[in-house]
Order: sequence, then structure tokens, then C-alpha cells
Amino acid sequence: MTSATKANRESLRKQLHQVLPKTSILETEEETHPYECDGLTAYQQKPWIVVLPETIEQVQNILILCYNEGVPVVARGAGTGLSGGALPLANGVLLSLAKFNSILNINPANRSAVVQPGVRNLAISQAAEEFNLYYAPDPSSQIACTIGGNVAENAGGVHCLKYGLTVHNILQLKIVTMDGELISIGSQALDTPGYDLLALMTGSEGMLGVIVEVTVKLLPRPEQAQVILAAFDNVVKAGEAVGAIIAEGIIPAGLEMMDNPAIRAAEDYAHADYPVDAEAILLCELDGSHEEVNEQITLVENLLTKKGAVSLRTSCNEAERLKIWLGRKSAFPAVGRISPDYYCMDGTIPRKQLPFILKKISELSAEYGLLVANVFHAGDGNLHPLILYDANIKGELERTEEFGGKILELCVEAGGTITGEHGVGKEKIDQMCVQFKSLELQIFHDIKHSFDPQELLNPGKAVPSLHRCAELGGMHVHDGLLSHPELERF
Amino acid sequence: MSSNRTQELQDRIRAAVNNKSMLQIVGGNSKHFYGNTTSQSAKSEVLETRIHQGVVSYEPSELVITARAGTPLKEIEVLLAENNQMLPFEPPHYGEHATLGGAIATGLSGSRRPFTGSARDFVLGVRIISGKGEVMSFGGQVMKNVAGYDVSRLMVGALGTLGLLLEVSIKVLPRPQQEITQCIAVSRQEALKTMQTLNQSSQPLSALAYEGEKLYVRLSGAASAVTSAQKEVGGETLIHADNFWQQLNEQSHPFFESDKPLWRLSVPYVAEIDSNEQPFIDWAGALYWLHSDKSTEEIQQLASEQGGAATLFKTPDQKQERFAPLQAKIKQLHVNLKMRFDPYGILNFGRLYSDL
Repeated sequence: MTSATKANRESLRKQLHQVLPKTSILETEEETHPYECDGLTAYQQKPWIVVLPETIEQVQNILILCYNEGVPVVARGAGTGLSGGALPLANGVLLSLAKFNSILNINPANRSAVVQPGVRNLAISQAAEEFNLYYAPDPSSQIACTIGGNVAENAGGVHCLKYGLTVHNILQLKIVTMDGELISIGSQALDTPGYDLLALMTGSEGMLGVIVEVTVKLLPRPEQAQVILAAFDNVVKAGEAVGAIIAEGIIPAGLEMMDNPAIRAAEDYAHADYPVDAEAILLCELDGSHEEVNEQITLVENLLTKKGAVSLRTSCNEAERLKIWLGRKSAFPAVGRISPDYYCMDGTIPRKQLPFILKKISELSAEYGLLVANVFHAGDGNLHPLILYDANIKGELERTEEFGGKILELCVEAGGTITGEHGVGKEKIDQMCVQFKSLELQIFHDIKHSFDPQELLNPGKAVPSLHRCAELGGMHVHDGLLSHPELERF
Repeated sequence: MSSNRTQELQDRIRAAVNNKSMLQIVGGNSKHFYGNTTSQSAKSEVLETRIHQGVVSYEPSELVITARAGTPLKEIEVLLAENNQMLPFEPPHYGEHATLGGAIATGLSGSRRPFTGSARDFVLGVRIISGKGEVMSFGGQVMKNVAGYDVSRLMVGALGTLGLLLEVSIKVLPRPQQEITQCIAVSRQEALKTMQTLNQSSQPLSALAYEGEKLYVRLSGAASAVTSAQKEVGGETLIHADNFWQQLNEQSHPFFESDKPLWRLSVPYVAEIDSNEQPFIDWAGALYWLHSDKSTEEIQQLASEQGGAATLFKTPDQKQERFAPLQAKIKQLHVNLKMRFDPYGILNFGRLYSDL
């Protein structure tokens, strides 16, 4: 970990001014304030200094200078992340890639696009539209979030059951390592010799290198896409219907579920004509050729009816389809309107465990006296319970965090994971101790050291120190077994 | 049973640490030709993984199977087929005893790869033993999981140099309702152009290959969609199409009968490989198989000038490095990782690169 002194920082400040134009450095309280948090506003910290380079060479220079002075660096895209991954350090440099916002090349014949990391997710699909191609991963924040951040977090979205996550949809990265070297990982071809460093970089949360260029895969736009909105009077029935669709051999493009509090909030906000009395709704999107979609829509409609759907609505045109999705895609801000604050969780479970988890969440909700709205990527088992709270009430944030932590531990117990797509960041660092043993955490540290031996890139995020886990051990006694028994307690 | 076997394998690795010996990991021994020939010194022992076999869990509606690495690939494919599912990356077997562990360690994918994904795309989790003899688990059985670095996918294609695979969890997919192959007689130039056009279309493709003046277009999906695409694509419907794709995937096609070294070129879809030798082109133009006597440098250049890389897939020459050289910094990262996972250089040392 860094041992940079105030003198190191003063020296670094002078050197940064030599390699960057004045407009690329933000130092005053007023200037650095907008960078004090990312999408997880519960954690706030103003950075020591913000730099906004415009060229790869500038990024290299910044990293070399920081490396020499031992000053830590946090890279940042649009700051829409939900786990505090881009939370700045009081003694560190915040490296914003906002100025890297150009689409460098779209190559329809290679079904790929080369883009800078600060390009917005949706902008890629918009630029590829003239070739009838698009970039598949579509996180809900896609109008704002950037591709560099998507790679750092291995972002998902509502269509990843069929089209995969970021890791499945990129070909090549250019990254600058902490010692300032520019390297290419992956290639323009499908296979690249050597270890799969592309997979290692994807979802590495800014811990291994700074992404300065991304080659994404593009897909042909499907001829037709239609979505069915099915209402259920019981959450468990909706969950079973999800399993039935998959068992039928159908992989929907999207398969989403919302419970009653989420439905009501979304309807108030987006006016998507959601059935507000339903206990749960499923959104099932099918895409492909006209013939295939027509065939599958009928099949799925029948299946949903058989599985107890009380009403069905199928989009007949693009406007209707988008309207149905608007409710789901605005679920987070919609919940934000009905509660002063909300805390979004991101566990994943095997789908069959859904009734168990929902029951437990509702029990915990009563125990903590905090309401929960559930939004769920049902097709791939990724839960987003939104815990409603009021940060102005003393102690409520802490109770919310404890409640959220318990949900994540339940996900691990059910055979799942603490984070499906939002990342560990600052937020879930303690739950990492529940999911992984010391040996595995040690390997994560080893990987980090293989790339960044001085731990200068985004230190303190994504992987907890073994001592941190040992200190928390008391909180995580499962089946009478103490986690990390080999470590000293203090 | 299984935990005993894990213990047995772990003991072997620990013993190798103590004795300063090296281990050559062998599953079904069907892909022994792939990668560098490792040293057969007195200090090198064979570690058999086939003792560690069996499906650990499989629930069709969860679209996930978990099996021990020594499980025969055939057994897994039969089980999936009984449930109307499949391994979506069509791993080549190259022999009747091929194991799941071998398929993942080599990371090879068949003709469906450009359209559904590769071996690494479908790996969800692994349990491994490191070169220090430590048992560890990464990833899991769920589709979305971003906790910790993606060590599971790092194992794919690492040829066992970073860890001994114990168990692998894989995402599976439903088998397509219908599958047919259209065969069109065209020149290579025409075929490449058609492949590109089709590859940008929303047709239900599952393979595009070219050999012997013929373009092969495989269509998979709902019956109605396949029938409609069949008309659009044109050409003749290939009888016994499954045999054709099997022969390509398993290299039992007559094309592969040659005494010359076999090269595998992974290149961008748009690559133009200028070579006198007639290639077998797969992956919609992104994979070339070539029999050639040309020097390694010449073949590597053919691939690298197009933005790809060549692998010396089969050769009688035991001394040649099989994989394309890595840039210095990338190589350094490889060495760093190897040092962390297998600090004593016990596991398949030299199989991927002679110094790893």
C-alpha cells in the first residue's frame, strides 16, 4: 500500500502541471466536488486532485509520475457505478476518462467497433445503427454509463441471458499499466494466444490497468422483437413460470420480474400501463426472425397462461415495446421518488432458489422495519432488491447496510454470489470474506500484484485484505465454522 | 469418493513440490499433440485426471452442468442430449476418451463459435488445485457473477499451466429445434464475400465454412425460421450434414489427411490470407486451417499482418514453439501469473510457452 507523503504529492502536483494543460487539472474544492462519489452516493470522499487527460500519452505520463511518487490513482468513467468502485481517495489522483469520448472506427464487415473508453454505451449502438448492427449489453444506465466503466465492472443488462455480459462482447483492450506501459490485450481476431487476460481485465474494477481503448463486438439487429407483459397474483408462480419458459427450450432476449412495490413505483413514474394490483409481473422479450418470434410468442403466451398468469399484454409495435420496457428501465429512479433514499443490492442466485430468497427478504424487511421493492433479472437469477430508507434518520443507513449485507450472505448460502453485475467496489468488500476463503483472496491479491505490485491502482477496493476478513470473522460464523481460522484475531 | 480423489491429486502435487519433480497432466490423452512437447526427463511424471470423474450436478432448467474434470466429454454430451440440451461451443474431441478438463484446458471451440460463443464464454466456475497444492474455487453456477477476478476464464486455454482443473461449471443451451446445412458452389473470393454479408444479417446461422470450392451454411433455430432462411440462402441442402460438421470439428475430413504441418490461423472476419495452399476456412472467415511447409515466421506473418495469430497445431517437429510469440510486457504478465499460481513450475511446465 502507498506510503506517499505530502512532499510526494506536492512534487507530483508540479510535475502534473508540466505534462497537462491547466484545463485538464482540477484542484479547488469547488472543482473536485462533483467527483466525490459515483452512483453509490452513500459513500463520499473528495479526491486530492482530478486530472482529465485527452491523449493516451498523457495517461501514460500521469501514471509514470504517480508510480514514481507512490501516489494512488482511481480511474473514473461516467461515475454511474453502484458499488463505489470509482470512490476517490483523499490522498490520491482521480483520473477521469471523460475526454476520451470518440468512436474511432466502426467496421461492419468485422462486426466490431473501436471506441475510446469515455464513449457512452448507448452511443455505440446509435452509431452502428446505420449498418443495422448494435452493441448488445444494455445496463439500465446505458444512456450515461461509459464503455470503459462497463469493461471495468463487466456490466450486464436486461438482455444478457441471451447475449451475454461485457466479457462476451469485447474483442480487444488497450490498457496502460501502472508503470506507464501501453499494451494490447485480446485482438481483432476471435482467439488470442496466451492466457485469457481479456477475461481477467473485464470486471477487474480498475485494479489492474487503465483502459484507454476498447474494441467491442457488434451484432446484427434482430428482424423482430416483441415483449410480453404477464401479471401474476403470486410471486412464486411468476418465478415458476420463468423456469417453465427455459425448460421449453426457449432463451428469451430478456426475462425480467418486478414485485408489487416496484410495479407501483414504476407505473407512477413511467405510466407504462403496468397492472398495479398484480403481485408480480414478468416481462419476456423474444427476438429473432419474424417466423421465429411469431412462433415463440404464441408458445410463451400459452405457457404463461398455463402457469397462472392473470393477464397478458403483448407489444404489437416498437412504440408499445419501448413503453413496456420504459417502466422496467426506470425502476430505480422511480423507487427514488417514493423514498428519500434507496439502497440497491445485486446478488445472484440459482433461479430455483427464488421463492426461498424472496421469503427471507420479506422476513428481514419486517425485522428491520425497512420496505423493499424487488427488481429481478429473472432469466439469469440476478436480484436487485431496493431497500427504502431515509439517510436523515439517524442510524437508518447503518441498519440498511446491515440488512443488505444479510441479503448478500443469503445469496451465497443459496449457492449464488454477492454481486452479479454491479461489482464489489467499496460497498461489498466485507461480503467478499463470506464468499471466498483466504486462499482464494490471496490469489486475487497475487493477481493484483502481478499487474500492480505497489498497489497504486484503486487500492482498498474489490478485494479485502485478509486481516480485514479476520476482524469481521465474528460476524460470519456459518454452521459453527469460523471463516479464516488461520488468521489472528484482534 | 470424489473428496478422496481430490486428496489423492492434491497429495501428488504436494509430493512433486517436495521432490522438485514436474507433472504432466493427462486426461483422455486425446489432445497430447496440442501445445509444446514437454520434457520427458526423469523428473517428470504423468498425473492422470480420469480417476476424478462424474457429473456433480445438472439441472436442465438452470442451464448449468457441473462435472469433474476427468469426466468423459461423450458422457456429458449424451446426458445433455437426453435433456435436449448441448455444450454450445462444440468442443472437438480428437479421440474417444476426451475429457471435460481437456476441453477446457485447451479452450478449443468448434464451428458454432462465432454465433454462440467459445469454451471460455460458457465457463461459469472452476475448482482447481494450484501448483502449491491448494484447492480453490472461483466463479460458481450462476450466469452473472462479478465477485473477484475472473480466474475461471483465465484457466480456459491455459493448458493446465496455472492449475489442475478439478471441477468445471458450464452454461448449456437448448438444442436448436431444427438444423440444416445449405451447400453452395462458389469461388473462395465469392465465398468470403457471402460469409461477410450473411454474418451481418439476422439469419439464424450456426456455422459458415468453406472448403473445396464449396460454401457451407448451417442454419439452426425454430423450424419456421430455418425454412425461411434456407430459401434466402439458396444452394443445395446437404444430406448427412452432421457428418460433415463432425468431420471438420474432429479433423477426420479428407482435408486433414496430409503429412505437412497443420497450422491454425485465428484472424479477423475481414482477413485476406494470401496463401498458395488451399485452406479449410471456418468461423465465417475468422479461422483458417492450412497445411504448409512454410517457415514459422512466414506463417506467423501471414496471420499477424491481418491482425491475427497462428498456432502450429500439428507437426512432427517436437522442438518448435507452437504458439505465436507474445509482446514483452504481456509475456512478463504471463510469467508473473505463472509464478503466483505455480511458483515451483510443476504443472505442465513449457506446454504453452517454453518458459511458463
